[in-house]
Amino acid sequence: MKLLIKGGRVIDPESRLDKVADLLIENGKIKDIIKPDTRNPIPETRIIDGKGKIVTPGLIDMHVHLREPGREDEETIKSGTRAAAKGGFTTICCMPNTSPCMDNHVVVEFVKSRVEKEGVINVIPIGGISKGLDGKELAEIGELVKAGVRAISDDGNPLMDAGMMRRALEYVKGFGIPLISHCEDINLSKDGVMNEGYMSTVLGMRGIPSASEEVMVAREIILAQLTQSQVHIAHVSTKGSVALIRDAKKKGIPITCETCPHYFVLTDEACKDFNTNTKVNPPLRTSEDVQAIKEGLKDGTIDVISTDHAPHADFEKELEYDKAPFGIVGLETALPLIFTELVGKSVLSLSDALSKVTINPALILGIKKGRIKKGFPADITIIDPDLEEVVDVNRFLSKSRNSPFDGWKVKGIPVMTIVKGRIVMEDGKVL
Amino acid sequence: MNEVVDVRLKVFGRKDLLGLQDLHPDEIRLILDTARSFREISERPIKKVPTLRGKTLVNLFYEPSTRTRTSFEIAAKRLSADIININVPQSSIVKGEGLKDTVKTIEAMEASIVVIRHGQAGVPHILAHMVKSSIINAGDGAHEHPTQGLIDMFTILEKKGSLEGLRIVIVGDILHSRVARSNIFGLTKMGAKVCVCGPPTLIPPKVEQLKVEVYYKLEEAIKDADVIMLLRMQLERQCPNLFPTLLEYTKLYGLNKERLRVASQDVLVMHPGPINRGIEITPDVADSHYSVICDQVRNGIAVRMTVLYLLSGNRGRL
Ligand SMILES: [Zn+2]
Repeated sequence: MKLLIKGGRVIDPESRLDKVADLLIENGKIKDIIKPDTRNPIPETRIIDGKGKIVTPGLIDMHVHLREPGREDEETIKSGTRAAAKGGFTTICCMPNTSPCMDNHVVVEFVKSRVEKEGVINVIPIGGISKGLDGKELAEIGELVKAGVRAISDDGNPLMDAGMMRRALEYVKGFGIPLISHCEDINLSKDGVMNEGYMSTVLGMRGIPSASEEVMVAREIILAQLTQSQVHIAHVSTKGSVALIRDAKKKGIPITCETCPHYFVLTDEACKDFNTNTKVNPPLRTSEDVQAIKEGLKDGTIDVISTDHAPHADFEKELEYDKAPFGIVGLETALPLIFTELVGKSVLSLSDALSKVTINPALILGIKKGRIKKGFPADITIIDPDLEEVVDVNRFLSKSRNSPFDGWKVKGIPVMTIVKGRIVMEDGKVL
Repeated sequence: MNEVVDVRLKVFGRKDLLGLQDLHPDEIRLILDTARSFREISERPIKKVPTLRGKTLVNLFYEPSTRTRTSFEIAAKRLSADIININVPQSSIVKGEGLKDTVKTIEAMEASIVVIRHGQAGVPHILAHMVKSSIINAGDGAHEHPTQGLIDMFTILEKKGSLEGLRIVIVGDILHSRVARSNIFGLTKMGAKVCVCGPPTLIPPKVEQLKVEVYYKLEEAIKDADVIMLLRMQLERQCPNLFPTLLEYTKLYGLNKERLRVASQDVLVMHPGPINRGIEITPDVADSHYSVICDQVRNGIAVRMTVLYLLSGNRGRL
């Protein structure tokens, strides 16, 4: 099957390509990028009208919780990858905190076989740093890499032991993959449920100070310098973290980082109605932090936008704020929020915004993706920049509904997702 | 009804009383004005009025509090309401039991008014959205306790005539105190100068943004104070290492006769109760003429009658 996407605005952030062109896809690969209408009709080719649309490398989400195995009531590989396809993602990385967790190659093999069978897009597993993700003993990282993981992380379980982190960083260096750190000092975050500050004081809720993230970001920077091993900081949420990472990058320390849409769109003001869908870890911060996150995205300090898609069952989120679990689903809202809040409000150029969900994560993970280039896998997302939608959680393909963006009006909707030359989503419908 | 007391012809346009933070000063004024009439009723030989006849009030307490529950109960009885008390001991709450069950309980009782006390902030607010009944927050976690705030304001008003410009010092564990929050929200709205005082670990972050002054030394805080409000120190609630011992707390922040000298001549000493005598306050101060602690308890019934009355949509004459 051949595909010809005609007359779209083709953007490749890596090569800075940004022009109206036809894109020819053949045998799952990008065959050619050609001037519009310069080629004679090619037989047996499906023509896709790209006029007025943006044609971009398929989106990559480095940080997704798929919940399978273990909590299939919240998400499965099938529902999660379908939600991702609807959101315009062609590749997602799944975090290892499943049950059983991905701290060994057997579980990785299981996930891969499920993806093979039920997944509609590419899934790259992330392995555990430690056995049981409990921060005590190193997992068999070599075996994990052999099974196909492209990064390791104990995400969700802060790795408190600095000595252990140092050894993990040193060890992983041999495999050329990054370690993704969930930065949270649990002695500082304790039993907090929202950002510590004015809002937590007004609402009488226990706070999580920015410092609980920042002391760990500082530690990871120092350890990255010591070990010269690549650290990727997950879900950066504070002004202080952005400043620390900016300085570290200036010094040439091997560090990259990501933030999530909720950290550049929402503040802790959103918690004032006790809506548990605003409960997320790290917590929603202040407007000053949001401003700093945007600055960090602008100047390149923040490399990646991920979703930290964290599905939770209704019955768990319908508890008191204190008792509800942390987490927000993001796969089906990320791109429209990036368009509406970053591109639409001139925080980032279109190409820079797309680089955070295409080439940058691809480079950090060391995968041959995230580009529109001859010979590359034909993972393509087509976006309608003018299409408006009201977010409706009841129409999510994800099994979970825990989004604080329900009812939001957004613009910039993915209308087609192509994975290895195959259309997997068209006009919001996953095939 | 044989006697007539005039109450301003105004309506309290809300379904619920969840906190003082979202009330307009005019609404607070309406409650405090109306409460004066109810104070008069409580002086009468026959204290009962038929305002809530045929209506059901549910006291739904997830935390034990005999004082607050009894106060609401007396208030509701004097308004002729039917009362159902439900005490849900903490130990019986099954993990994962949602608020939906609570909603079902409330709906099954067809309650007009639900008075709820809960250990977690926000529960009354969430329930208020989910049920038709009026919800009165009788304390949610460390968030708000609006009727206690109103009682304290009413008591001060009764003694001082006005709240405007008074120097009111709240002493103790501000961090965990819903009484402190409701008082801060209410008193600052009514033009009082509110100060908080306690060990820095028990002062909530950015509290000065609520237009309060922060003090760490009791002597400095209560200098020229018109009102000193002491909070109960509750050991069981406090995380370790917020302060070393109650003994040290008393030495630094306990109110005694000696320390009281720097306050204003006619200072009022208040405490929402129950008092830890000898910890927040020495017995001689608690029983002195400065103390209005008994007035607070008595006014509790009048203020709670007022709130029940206004929420049930009444206006005009009693
Ligand atoms: Zn995390």
